[in-house]
Order: sequence, then C-alpha cells, then structure tokens
Amino acid sequence: MSRNLILGAALSSMVVLAALVSFVWTPHDHAALDIPAKLQPPNVQHWFGTDHFGRDMFSMIMVGARTSIAVALVAVGIGMALGVPLGLTAAARKGSWLDEVIMRGNDLVFAFPSLVIAILITAVFGAGAINAIIAIGIFNIPVFARITRGAALSLWEREFILAARVSGKGAARISAEHILPNVANLLIVQGTIQFSLGILAEAGLSYVGLGAQPPTPSWGRMLADAQTMVSFAPHLALIPGFAIIVTVLGLNLLGDGLRDWLDPRIRVARV
Amino acid sequence: MTKQRFRSFASALALGASLFATQTLAKSDITIAMQLEPPHLDPTSAAAQAIDSVVYTNIFEGLTRFMGDGSVVPGLAESWEISDDGTVYTFKLRDGVTFHDGTTMDAEDVKFTLDRATAEDSANAQKALFSGIETVEVVDPLTVRVTLKEPNGNFLFNLAWGDAVIVAPESIENIKTNPVGTGAFTFGDWVQGDSITLNRNPDYWGDQPALETATFKFISDPTAAFAAMMAEDVDVFDNFPAPENLPQFEADPRFQVLVGSTEGETILSTNNKQEPFDDILVRQALAHAIDRQAIIDGAMFGYGTPIGTHFAPHNPAYVDLTGNSVYDPNKAKALLAEAGYPDGFETTLHLPPPSYARRGGEIIAAQLAEVGITAEIINVEWAQWLESVFKGKDFGLTIVSHTEPMDIGIYARPDYYFQYDSTDFQALMDTLNSTTDPEERDRLLGEAQNLISNDYVNGYLFQLAKLGVAKAGVQGLWENAPTAAIDLTGISWDE
Repeated sequence: MSRNLILGAALSSMVVLAALVSFVWTPHDHAALDIPAKLQPPNVQHWFGTDHFGRDMFSMIMVGARTSIAVALVAVGIGMALGVPLGLTAAARKGSWLDEVIMRGNDLVFAFPSLVIAILITAVFGAGAINAIIAIGIFNIPVFARITRGAALSLWEREFILAARVSGKGAARISAEHILPNVANLLIVQGTIQFSLGILAEAGLSYVGLGAQPPTPSWGRMLADAQTMVSFAPHLALIPGFAIIVTVLGLNLLGDGLRDWLDPRIRVARV
Repeated sequence: MTKQRFRSFASALALGASLFATQTLAKSDITIAMQLEPPHLDPTSAAAQAIDSVVYTNIFEGLTRFMGDGSVVPGLAESWEISDDGTVYTFKLRDGVTFHDGTTMDAEDVKFTLDRATAEDSANAQKALFSGIETVEVVDPLTVRVTLKEPNGNFLFNLAWGDAVIVAPESIENIKTNPVGTGAFTFGDWVQGDSITLNRNPDYWGDQPALETATFKFISDPTAAFAAMMAEDVDVFDNFPAPENLPQFEADPRFQVLVGSTEGETILSTNNKQEPFDDILVRQALAHAIDRQAIIDGAMFGYGTPIGTHFAPHNPAYVDLTGNSVYDPNKAKALLAEAGYPDGFETTLHLPPPSYARRGGEIIAAQLAEVGITAEIINVEWAQWLESVFKGKDFGLTIVSHTEPMDIGIYARPDYYFQYDSTDFQALMDTLNSTTDPEERDRLLGEAQNLISNDYVNGYLFQLAKLGVAKAGVQGLWENAPTAAIDLTGISWDE
C-alpha cells in the first residue's frame, strides 16, 4: 500500500468518523444560539471558537460534515445507479441506435458547465439539500456511463467473453456476470474522485445559498456567513475552509492510492 | 524661441496653474453608494425606496418637503392658508420656478400632478395619501386651491412624501428614464447595473448646492460594499449593509460613521388569516417566544431600538409597549397549550435578502424551536417576496422592515399582506384622519399603538438603524432617515 493511500484513508475516515459521531455526540448543541458568547476565537471551551450567533463551531463542523457527506454520497449513488447500467448497455449494443442515443445524451449533459446547471436546477425547483443532491447527481450520470462503456468495450473483445457468448449467455447476463465485476475497481476509484467533487459542489451551492437551508449546518454556508467578518474573526472562514480542503484532499489521495492498488494494469506493471 | 512658441508655452503654464488651483479648492463631486438600484426613476408610480433615494429633493420637489430632522417645511409652495373647517388648502406657489426642460412650474402642473395621483387608473404606490382630495382648482398661475372631503391633519405631511412630488405634463411620458423635475440637480446619465449621475442645475430657484456632480453607485453585496469603502472608491455609503463592519470604520480616521434612526419598523409579519395565526393566543405566544435583544445583538450587532408596536420611537407620539411582549418562553408554551397546540406546530418563515431578515430569521427560528414551533426557513429574493408574500399572501411568517414614515394606517387595510381585520382599528383611523388638534391626534395614535400591540398583530422587533459611512471630509449628510432620501443640496466637502 502506498503512502498516498494511507494518508488519504486516514484523512477521509477522520471526516467520516466526525460525521458519524455527530449523530450521538457533539461538544455542544450545534444549533443552540448564545449571542453574548459570539465570535470567540478557538479556546478550551469552544475548540474551534464560536460563530456570529455564539454557536459552537466544532459542533457545526461535525454536523456540517454529515451534510456534505450525505449530499455527495447520494449524488454519487445516483450517478452510479443510473450511469453504470447505461454504460453497460451502450457497450453491449455498440454501434446501435441505443448506443448513439445514450452517448449523445451524455454529451449533451457534459456540454454544460456542471455547477451552472446545478444552480439553474436549484433555482428553478427551490433551494434545499434534496434538490442539491439531484443537481449534483445528474452530472455524475455521464461520468459513470462513459467510464463504464469505455472499459466494457475492451472487455467485450476478450476471449473469456467470447467463451461466455459461445456458451449461450445473453448480453445482459454477460454484462452483469462478467463485465461488471471487471470494471468494479475502476468504478470505485472514480467514485472516490466524484465523491470529493460532490463535496466541493455541495459547498459551492451552499455558498451561494442554494444548498442545505438553515438551520442545517453546511460548510459552504458557514463560509458565506463569514465573508464580512473575515477581517476581525478570521477563524469563521478558515475553519470551514480547512475542513473542505482536508476532506477533498483526503478523498483525492484515497482515490489515487486506490487506483495504484486496484488497477490491474498498474499492478501487473509493478510485478 | 519664436513668439508663437513662447505664447503657447506661456498659456500651457497658465493652464497648468489653473488646474492646480482648482485642485486645491474643495471637491465638488461625490460618489454615493447604495445597496439597491432603482427599477426606474418615477417616484410617483412605484414603491421602491431606491427611487426616492436618488430623486427626492435632488431632481423632484413637492409642495412641502421633509428636512433631515423629520420636520415638514415649505417646498414649491411658498405658503398656504387653511380654511377654518380644515377642508380647503390654498397654496401660494414660488415664482420663477422652472423645470429642467425650461418649462415653467405653475398651478397647472400642481393640478396635473394631484389629478394624476388621484385618478381612477393611478399607478401611485401610496394612493391613500391623496384619497381625501375632493377637487384641485387653479385660481391663478401661482395659486392652487385643494378641497378635501373632510379635514385631514396629515395633509401637509402627506404632500411631503416622494410620491407627491410635482411633475409636468410636458415630460411625463419619459419620466421613468429621463426624469424632469424642478430640483437643484438634473438627471445626467444612467449606466444600468452600475450608477446614476446627476449634475447641478444652474437655473435652480433656491440656493446653489456646493456639489457640481453626484454619482449614485449600486453595490448590493456586503463584502463588495466593505471593499469599495475601504479602497475609497466611494465617498459615502448611504446605509451600510453589514453592521458588523462599523467598528472598523469607526476606528479608522479616514471615515466617519453616522448612526441614526429610520422609519423602518422591523417586524415579524404574521399572516393573521392563516391557521393557527388567526388565534390571538398563538400570536401572543409568538410575541413572548421572541427575545428582541438577542436579535438586535445577533443580527444587527447592537444597532437598533426595541419596539413593542408599529411606531417609530423617535416620534413624540410613541408609546413604549415592549412590556406587552417580554421574552418569556414558559409563558409562550403555556399560551400555545391553551390555544390547543401543546406540541407546537409547523409554519414557514420567508426571509428577504437584507441581513436583518436573513440573520434575524435564523435567530427567530431557533427561538421558536425552543417553544416547539418549527419554522421552515425559506430564503427569497425581493421579487419573489413581493410576488408570493406581499401580493400572494402565501406565507406564515416573514421578516421585513416597513420604512414608510407614519405608516400605522396600513393596519386599517384588511387586504394588506398580513391581513389584520379589526373594525375597532379601522374606526380609530377614521377618527384620527378627521382630527386636526395635535394633542388629540397624539392620544389617538397612542390608542392605535396599544390596540395593535394588545392584538399581537405582528411580532414587533426593533426600529431599523440608519448606518451611514462616509469619508471624514463629507458634511451635511442626513443622520436620520425620516423618508428615503439622499439630500444632495446640503452636502459639501470640508477640505
């Protein structure tokens, strides 16, 4: 295992752990206002200080991790659940009208800058975590469809697939039994990368006020709220910013490490 | 050196010297930032405060006008006589006043303006100001006689509003994009989305203002506002959007901070026709569930005066009724139980963009949660707010600042967006409107304040403060905002 993998796994699991622990324990109630105690710098009682309403920043970061992870996870889930079958179908029916329809549809979604369309979707259907998930999820579909189709196409040329066809298996069954297990590694690596992008997208949407709505804490909105106060309470912006960096860096390192570890071509090359 | 060359050299020197000389004189231009851009520039056909901020007293003037301290003084009317029964006002107009297009301002223009405002199809945003007018007659070019249906002690005050400025039939067609008034400044240029420039009117009837040009710049983002002020890109910010930054301006010798009062009663508007807010016990519970001081400290960083009714504390007729709605969550819970909601209920809280609403809303939602009420926060833009809340009345709760002066009369309008329908209050307003004796008026106003406070129509939060920031050398700015206005005529640079 590489150093990247270990570091990435450590950072990512720290964030996931914080999110999980927040369900049962946070140092303070993340939603409890204490106006007289506002804008405290980090101290013994409030490890990350307090925000402009006197809320405990550490608790908010923990619960905010929950929001980020939940939105990114479900969005990636949507992308995989719809994208992978589409990609498998396109590969199985290579060159047919179905393949054309699926891949041109993907091109269409790809052609738009993803965050702009995400903003459009949330602006039309209303701001909120659910709509943010849908908006981010839609852009994960073509990513997974393409990567699946690309990998599956080369597999379809291989002898073991030919053997499966000779034994009378249909395209759907071959896709499920032989193609999917062989592209799974690739999908896990891509899923990790997409997960980190999802966290960034969620933060971006919340920053412009289109993500999870108050009082649900969200890292992006914490950053937006801190904007006018950076000059006298820098911790308000630094802490959520740092949380986003740690998470995205951790997931990217994890993705890289996983690829090195799982990718059969690289593994063979190393041997 | 030939003679010709020498001459040009000398004139260049002289030119340089004269340039230098003007630079040492006091500055005569100013850049004033405001948060919202006006939709157009006709104050007589829209409610948008941003229009008045740009044009009131600068481009357009009324028969009477507000001063910075809230008093009403003669404007285009030099003097007036009121008949003994209080129904006939005879205005004597100033002589020699011309509009910016050169046409004369006379009694015909006044009649045109008032007839336009009272017309059946009038687009005026404050038609109630003019509803008492029976007839407007031109006696001679400089005399106008206005007959009212019944005495109205507020009439001269009403005529001072930006909605009552005098406009001319010759220039009314393009008033929205090319406003032509009688004021000390003429309309210069409007760069949509950026700024509006006004120039000094050399033919002004009154004293010439110290400023030659003024630029209104529109900066909606609080962070950008802070940056623009700090970089000295703008000279004045009319009402600074981020109260948290004021201590930094106060500590900086380059700037002055002017904290004053506005006419903005900031309230938790409650839909009186929607369940469960149609029950007075529920509204009373709301009032006791809210900690005003926490909202003032948390949302406005301490700027703002607590109010207990819909009335400005700096008005002599103000009655302090904050005691009616003291923060007491236990009492709120008891009241909710009595009303049949022991476990609270769910409602919506629509929040327009200003920080008093967005931040105040987060605080109120947390306070309501303490007593069991779940208020779902819905952040909306102003256009959306006007559409769904103000016009559509599709809301449970919302936070908004009512910045019109002396606007307690809105409670007598059952179709107004918070839908308070009380025949007692409507009768009281009728009595008030036909009363001219100042003492009796104050007593009636006190009664009206008590009535809405005891009916817990809305949650009364605080009087919005005016947070002006300006460069240290700017003089003559209004500290308070008796109406939405940035009066350029009194502004000068102290060098």
